[in-house]
Amino acid sequence: MKMRNLALSASAATIIASSVSIASAEDVEVLHWWTAGGEAAALNVLKEDLASQNVGWKDMPIAGGGGNDAMTVLRARVTGGNAPTAAQMLGFDIKDWAGTTGNLGNLDSVAEKEGWSDVVPAALQEFSKHDGHWIAAPVNVHSTNWVWINKEALDAAGGKEPETWEELIAVLDAMKENGITPLAHGGQAWQDATIFDAVVLGISPELYKAAFIDLDGEALGGEQMVEAFDRMAKLRTYVDDNFSGRDWNLASAMVIEGKAGMQMMGDWAKGEFLKADQVPGEDFVCIRFPGTQGKVTFNSDQFVMFDQGGASEAQLAMASAVMSPAFQSAFNVVKGSVPARTDVPDTDFDDCGKKGMADFAEANASGGLYGSMAHGHANPAGVKNAIYDVVTAHFNGEYDSQTAAEELVAAVEGAK
Amino acid sequence: MNHLQQWLPRLVLAPSFFVILVFVYAFILYTGYLSFTDSRMLPSYGWVGFENYTKLFSLRHWNTALVNLAIFGVLYIVICSALGLLLAILLDQKIRGEGFIRPIYLYPMALSFIVTGTAWKWFLDPGIGIENTFHNLGWTSFHFDWIKDRNYAIYTVVIAAVWQSSGFVMAMFLAGLRGVDNEIIKAAQIDGASPVRIYRKIIIPMMRPVFLSAFVVLAHLAIKAYDLVIALTGGGPGRATEVPATFMYSYTFTRNQMGVGASSAIIMMIMVFSIIIPYLYSELKSGDNQ
Repeated sequence: MKMRNLALSASAATIIASSVSIASAEDVEVLHWWTAGGEAAALNVLKEDLASQNVGWKDMPIAGGGGNDAMTVLRARVTGGNAPTAAQMLGFDIKDWAGTTGNLGNLDSVAEKEGWSDVVPAALQEFSKHDGHWIAAPVNVHSTNWVWINKEALDAAGGKEPETWEELIAVLDAMKENGITPLAHGGQAWQDATIFDAVVLGISPELYKAAFIDLDGEALGGEQMVEAFDRMAKLRTYVDDNFSGRDWNLASAMVIEGKAGMQMMGDWAKGEFLKADQVPGEDFVCIRFPGTQGKVTFNSDQFVMFDQGGASEAQLAMASAVMSPAFQSAFNVVKGSVPARTDVPDTDFDDCGKKGMADFAEANASGGLYGSMAHGHANPAGVKNAIYDVVTAHFNGEYDSQTAAEELVAAVEGAK
Repeated sequence: MNHLQQWLPRLVLAPSFFVILVFVYAFILYTGYLSFTDSRMLPSYGWVGFENYTKLFSLRHWNTALVNLAIFGVLYIVICSALGLLLAILLDQKIRGEGFIRPIYLYPMALSFIVTGTAWKWFLDPGIGIENTFHNLGWTSFHFDWIKDRNYAIYTVVIAAVWQSSGFVMAMFLAGLRGVDNEIIKAAQIDGASPVRIYRKIIIPMMRPVFLSAFVVLAHLAIKAYDLVIALTGGGPGRATEVPATFMYSYTFTRNQMGVGASSAIIMMIMVFSIIIPYLYSELKSGDNQ
């Protein structure tokens, strides 16, 4: 095992060694994991914008969705005293970094000048600010409580978009009778948890908040949580037996090809449909998870600035460029997410994107905007993974619902 | 001149000795130290005593990992040794084309565990692999979906690992068999012993050191098994095939519980040492005797 540790640190060291070239004062070195074609193209918008202001861009891409590998590299760099200018981060990672190291840049001057507080929803500011100071610039908002339905399969199953849990079950049953896999799903812990997010929110937003955000033991082990697990078990019966380990995009492909009826996944799944030349409303339908209309569980990518003796000019320029409405629109049209500012026009977005933006604004106005548990925006990584353990064990039949709720309380308590 | 000759070996060895001292042993000590601290996301140095170890052994997850390691380790070592010995004995029958057959059995060892894991993931996948092939051939009742079943998934890891390593064990045994003194075998044959009896009573007992070496090699491979599990099942279905190495990685690097992760690494190191040290001891002792 020691050898493995060594190999890890050695490879981390190589990555560092190969990427460190001396950055001039007016360069930004950006660590991120947007390496897929569309994402990389979207980042180019930002690069060019900065280049026009004479700020150079040193790219430091660490491939790997979810950013686990990127975070490992970042740790090695910060421990080695060589932090990048800016790093892409998610949710509680930002809080953990701010709380642990404390050496993040302060973006207050540009935030005040451009009035970020008025256009960024409070639920997002929760992550962009630390101790009342802006430390990060949010790039996008993904929402996770979406259902993507094959239009043909829906028409064959009655044609009505389900609005309640009962209607959803009716549609799933009809699809089963029609001989297709009703629910395309990939058996990976984070995917199980993504559905769990929506199921819990669908039972009641109060439950979601008490259980995942406040980590209240009574909510975690209560009757409603047992019901949420029952619903997960019910959904499991609509998934094919060959689901475990399947990647999410393969599950999307099943829906696109008509082998499966629907997929419950965040809005990044839309990219798969669009790539397959599918048209929203004609070939596929996007709805909120039944029972969660008007509410949104989100995750948001943000650029965190590391301290370089206060925030440098280049950092402020970059933060300003990230927050410009033009970039927010251009980037998010490609990415499938919605802008982190609520004042960006929705003209360039497709129907699902427009709906996403409207829902986001509505949820923000009505207090129905919650950080996604499955994507690290409701509680710290340790707690999140402890919840994953229970949810995935239950989904794979290891616990019944009652036991799962009890285990959930114990797991969260142990990870706090 | 004489002086230089005396110092040259030490000079040449010094850099690698120093590098190993720092990057292996110093980091072992550092990990050991971290396991007694309150490190979460980054190393921190608040002393908490044995708290991480207490927590580690109260985690259901770690127990799953240990049970899986026990199942995997025992089956892997036993099956690999048995299969390796059998193949070696069969190859030892002075058959034609041995030089051609031997590398075929040995070849899987040349692959990395990632390749083995990915290939077997596809073979074992009911949708595209063996089951599907038999269904297409018309045997529709054929059923083999262990990799998707949380109760059996750990055995698929054993299958893939045995496939990878048994050829290597065969090579070790073959070398051992070739080292047996022909005079002894001839004497036994003259005394009228059957081939089975010769193998059982004479040759296999003489191979005790080879068994020991095979055990040590296989045991430490089993304890540090990581890449195979990641490639084959990703620790799933659910968390059904979690092993200590995957546990260590996830707690240290993705769950922000570096202290617990470090303590699990130390436990794994103790396991490896408890196998290696008696082995080294017996090796060194028998070396003294000669």
